[in-house]
Amino acid sequence: MGAEFVQLSLTPLLIGIFAAIACALPGNFLLLRRQALIGDTISHVVLPGIVVAFLVTGTVSTWPMLVGAAAAAVVAVVLIEIIKRVGRIEPGAAMGVVFTSLFAAGVLLLEQSDTSGVHLDVEHALYGNLESLIWFTAEDWSSLTDPRALAGLPPELFRMVAVALGVSFLTVVFWRPLKLSTFDEGFAGAVGIPTTAIGLGLVITAAVAAVAAFDAVGSIIVIAMFICPPAAARLMTNRLERQVLWSVAFAVLSAALGYVLAGYGPLWLGGEHAVSAAGMIATVSGIILALACLFAPHRARVGAPKGT
Amino acid sequence: MFAPFLDALLLQAGYNAGLVTVGAALLGIAGGSGGTFLFLRKRSLVSDGMAHATLPGVGLAFMVMVALGGDGRSLPGLLLGSALSATLGLLAIEWIVSRTRLAEDAAIGAVLSVFFGFGIVLLTIIQTMSGGYQAGLEGFLLGSTAGMLFQDALLIAIGGGLIVGLVFVLRRPMTLVAFDTEFAAAAGIGVRRIDLAMMGLVMAVTVIGLKLVGLILVVAMLIIPPVTARLWTERTERVVLVGGAFGGVSGYVGAALSASAPNLPTGPIIVLVAFALFACSLLFAPGRGVLAAVIRHRRFQWQVHRRQGLLALAREEPILDPLTLSVLRKEGLIRQDAVVSEKGRAAAAKALLDERRWAIARQRSEDGSLDSHWDGLTPIESVLTHDEIAEIDRQIGPPAAVR
Repeated sequence: MGAEFVQLSLTPLLIGIFAAIACALPGNFLLLRRQALIGDTISHVVLPGIVVAFLVTGTVSTWPMLVGAAAAAVVAVVLIEIIKRVGRIEPGAAMGVVFTSLFAAGVLLLEQSDTSGVHLDVEHALYGNLESLIWFTAEDWSSLTDPRALAGLPPELFRMVAVALGVSFLTVVFWRPLKLSTFDEGFAGAVGIPTTAIGLGLVITAAVAAVAAFDAVGSIIVIAMFICPPAAARLMTNRLERQVLWSVAFAVLSAALGYVLAGYGPLWLGGEHAVSAAGMIATVSGIILALACLFAPHRARVGAPKGT
Repeated sequence: MFAPFLDALLLQAGYNAGLVTVGAALLGIAGGSGGTFLFLRKRSLVSDGMAHATLPGVGLAFMVMVALGGDGRSLPGLLLGSALSATLGLLAIEWIVSRTRLAEDAAIGAVLSVFFGFGIVLLTIIQTMSGGYQAGLEGFLLGSTAGMLFQDALLIAIGGGLIVGLVFVLRRPMTLVAFDTEFAAAAGIGVRRIDLAMMGLVMAVTVIGLKLVGLILVVAMLIIPPVTARLWTERTERVVLVGGAFGGVSGYVGAALSASAPNLPTGPIIVLVAFALFACSLLFAPGRGVLAAVIRHRRFQWQVHRRQGLLALAREEPILDPLTLSVLRKEGLIRQDAVVSEKGRAAAAKALLDERRWAIARQRSEDGSLDSHWDGLTPIESVLTHDEIAEIDRQIGPPAAVR
């Protein structure tokens, strides 16, 4: 646990943790609003967004891709609304139509365009490249205070920390209106809270978190972190404040444990190669959720008979 | 571009491509009609969870087959594994929904992401397995028909055909259950068993579609055609038929298109063809389409302006609204200089009479039953009988001429 850890594992671990927190926070509200699958939709439509951004700018650089992905998420949400309203189609099916079609368009664009020279493919979009975000300039723990070594930190780390802080900040600032409009939209509207704007703001925040996390860790973690930690937290408590704290704790635990298991687990079992960290983090979050479903104190529906 | 597409459409682009095209069409029919029941029960996205849940099954099946000394890439074995893990995913969703207070969408999302994540873990293990296998299991993510073996194409075609047959056999009980669960139960149909059969069907479409469309996009074949069909008709049994037809056309045209040129991956093309059909339907379908809604709106607007214009004429009020004036002119009710024509006089008198009759009729009907018919446009003759109207007219007195 010395120099090698700092160089190879510290930054991916931190990026994973911050990505998990950034996704789990809005995930709580999406879960309570029965919009849990918005995260699924967003992470699918990010692909056409970044492909279009690549085709327009011709480079794989960060900002165009983030903008493209966020734009794609907004387009998807608008399309879903249009299909729901105009065609009078239920929301789940409308979502299914939109994200499959946009994803298909993204794959087709990717196949049609010449991306052989750049690192852009569907697998990367799905798994991310958490393991490759290493800290080249670090030597050991003392590098943490060495400005020259710190300058070599992967930019994804700063971006992810900024997004996680931004999402936390927004959650705290808009806590009251968010909570009110999530639990009682009619009442929230009556006391003058712009519920539509809050709802849209939540989706956009989720999209930004998803896009930033996606860039670093791939879409599997994004979907898993939107849903699993908040769902497990929901079974732990009846108070929203505690649910959010639980979900952050579960998200951090999934990211840390998942990363360590992926990196070192196979070695302990006698294997030679690490397995996908993104996949492992999702798996761990699923195990946490399964345990919560089995043992959490508030797992049953209110009023449901005990012990069934 | 066009000639090879035509060849592929006519199944002349080679034996394998032909089989794939037929298989895609059958799969489309099966997905479109089978998905309808899921859609009508508002559980479309359950199929998304199941599709993603196939991945660990594919990985485990590969590992088991290699461990047993066989060829890990045998398609029937991989499909069997995927079917088992999809079933497990479905059971997990139902377990979470029934045993905890989490809603179905959260259960779907959790199962989808966790199974998929675990599948990715298994894929990375397989990539590093001894022997340096080029397993090509990534092909299951997005489908790959390139280099497909003849037996595999045959398996897809036969599987698609079997599912279509099963939908045909089970269509009546499934329609009943999807349309009215309680009535179906009262009519003595085992709702639980039919539900299971429905899910089995969905799973079969998913598994057969894995190689062709890929597990991320195969849900599109279960969702888009039924939604498209729903725009065209309000009758359940027709949604099934039309959904199957849209699915079949998407599969057939999509597979043919993809066979006609390089760099056109089969799965995405099929999905995009299905989406194109959907988009056209959303614009042009009667009833629910955008065009129909616009026409309906314009017609309503026209009638309101005509009626209000006539009433204003009858009451000798000035008309200032340009749209009202234009409507009255176009119908020849007023002349270009806004003077009432002979025809306009008669129509205005009739409109005023109708309005008065309505006022009295609504006053008299104590239970308010007439109010639901009163929208200011419906002529009273279409609601009341001659005798009732004559009764009302006695109260009003003779019609006054419009000057």
